[in-house]
Amino acid sequence: MTGAASRDGYGAALLDLAEDERVVVLEADLGKSTKSCLFRSEHPQRTFSMGIAEQNMMLVAAGLASTGMIPFASTFAIFTERGFEQVRNGIARPGLVAHICGSHGGIHTGTDGSSAQSIEDLAIYRTLPNMTVMHPCDASSTRALTKALVNHGSASYTRTVRNKTRQIYTDEEAAKLKIGEFSVLTEGSDVAILACGVMVQEALDAAETLAGEGVHATVVDVHTLKPFDHDEMKRISESCGAVVTAEDHSIIGGLGGAVAESLTAHHPVPLERVGVKDTYGMSGQPAELMEHYGLTANDIVDAAKTAIRRRNV
Amino acid sequence: MSDDTPEFTEKSVDELVDIARSCRREIVKMVKRANAGHPGGSLSVIDLIVGLYGRTLRVSSTEPKHPGRDRLILSKGHASPAMYAALHAFGFLDETDLHSYRMFNGICQGHVDSKWTPGVDFSGGSLGMGLSFGLGVAISGRLTGRDHHSWVILGDGECQEGEIWEAAMAASHHRLENVNVIVDVNGIQNDDFVDQQMVMGDLSAKWAAFGWKVRDMNGHDMTEIAEAIEWSKTTVGPCVILARTTKGKGVSFMENNPSFHGKAPDDEEFKLAMEELA
Repeated sequence: MTGAASRDGYGAALLDLAEDERVVVLEADLGKSTKSCLFRSEHPQRTFSMGIAEQNMMLVAAGLASTGMIPFASTFAIFTERGFEQVRNGIARPGLVAHICGSHGGIHTGTDGSSAQSIEDLAIYRTLPNMTVMHPCDASSTRALTKALVNHGSASYTRTVRNKTRQIYTDEEAAKLKIGEFSVLTEGSDVAILACGVMVQEALDAAETLAGEGVHATVVDVHTLKPFDHDEMKRISESCGAVVTAEDHSIIGGLGGAVAESLTAHHPVPLERVGVKDTYGMSGQPAELMEHYGLTANDIVDAAKTAIRRRNV
Repeated sequence: MSDDTPEFTEKSVDELVDIARSCRREIVKMVKRANAGHPGGSLSVIDLIVGLYGRTLRVSSTEPKHPGRDRLILSKGHASPAMYAALHAFGFLDETDLHSYRMFNGICQGHVDSKWTPGVDFSGGSLGMGLSFGLGVAISGRLTGRDHHSWVILGDGECQEGEIWEAAMAASHHRLENVNVIVDVNGIQNDDFVDQQMVMGDLSAKWAAFGWKVRDMNGHDMTEIAEAIEWSKTTVGPCVILARTTKGKGVSFMENNPSFHGKAPDDEEFKLAMEELA
């Protein structure tokens, strides 16, 4: 079933949180795109346009957070990166609790082309101490996890996507998700597929194909890349013995990087990374691009078979 | 913690002149002990910081995190010795705390840091960020009804950072009244004179063009400083004070000398500096 886009979940969550008067929304001329416009239309007095000026927006968020307010600042994922050093030195380093949302993440963004397709955001934010990094897979989980940020004790970066994706969770299921904990969608003992964002639907499709061939996969929605759920990672790698990661992000430093770090420290097993292979995107329809860059269920199936073969050598 | 604003006790101009003089001594001693740091910009800004504590800042040394406190945001965070000397003079730090400047695990970090030092509200060290932070505090004040003011101190070289002008635009767009800026216009930045590195042109016209009320003053005359602070508080803003200062003020061989932006004096120079500041 095609649902909403995860950015719609972000907008809905801001409205859900509106009764908490500490919540302040900051925009950088992309509120209609990130969906913070939903909050603006109901609560204009608590929504502040910062113009096309992301660096300033990050430190305004820091200043608000220093007084106990709970700022939510959003723009395209790629443009949050312009303020990366501001997030590093101005928000995360002093331990301020401000929440950044980057929409339009990944190749899936489509026709806007490579300048708008952030494929490195998860990697760079993951390097910051005091920073939670999330990339939920659908609108329901984005809504639930964004709502949970209001009681979260550290700064965060959440990536959402532009286009509609399949609904993975009901609202009731999404409400049970916890920041920092893997969400296991299917259990199998032959291979584990860890996915985030738009690749979760591809991972589920891949698992179905594999099941038809007698290969049973565990599929995990890694909605939180940091803090990383090392305990669950260890359990799953022990039970499956072969791991595939799937992300609409560079294979360097994002989910693939996080899983590689965890596996090498706790339980090394063969790992295959499906993702953007150290290259930039281009214009095209999302489906065309996902095919071109090797981000489909079929690519995950192939990677799973490779990982299993490597385990059995 | 109470939710109102801390009490304020005003000091006379004469008292503040004396305090600034003793702060200058502490600044040079800190940099000498650490054998590193930024004496030039600390000596140019110290009168401004002392003026703010003595004439307007409603802060509490016994309750440094008081929610209703005014904020002094030292955006040019490398002038941390000036901040620490003033925090000592106004009861936030002990004399022994000053000995920790730039030392391992010391509460007086190389650049001002809100996680380490009581009375420091903003973590600096990366230029261009303090005014934006001040706007965030100011917006919070508007939303919560708290009557706190943010006083942001920038350097003139720092005004080369684009974020300063992003913030300047945003302050006037949102008509923020409870944030005030003082620019320490000492004419020197890390590598050389500002005019050699990047000509800033008419700073007054630049700020005015961004919608700010501008006042020029001598940044080492405590009477002028007190008057400018009063002007800033009573003028419909946002307001910026351009403080014309001398880098290294008070130590002859450091004055207007780019090489003392970020260098400690040697033993002989230190002795001479202490004599001049006696």
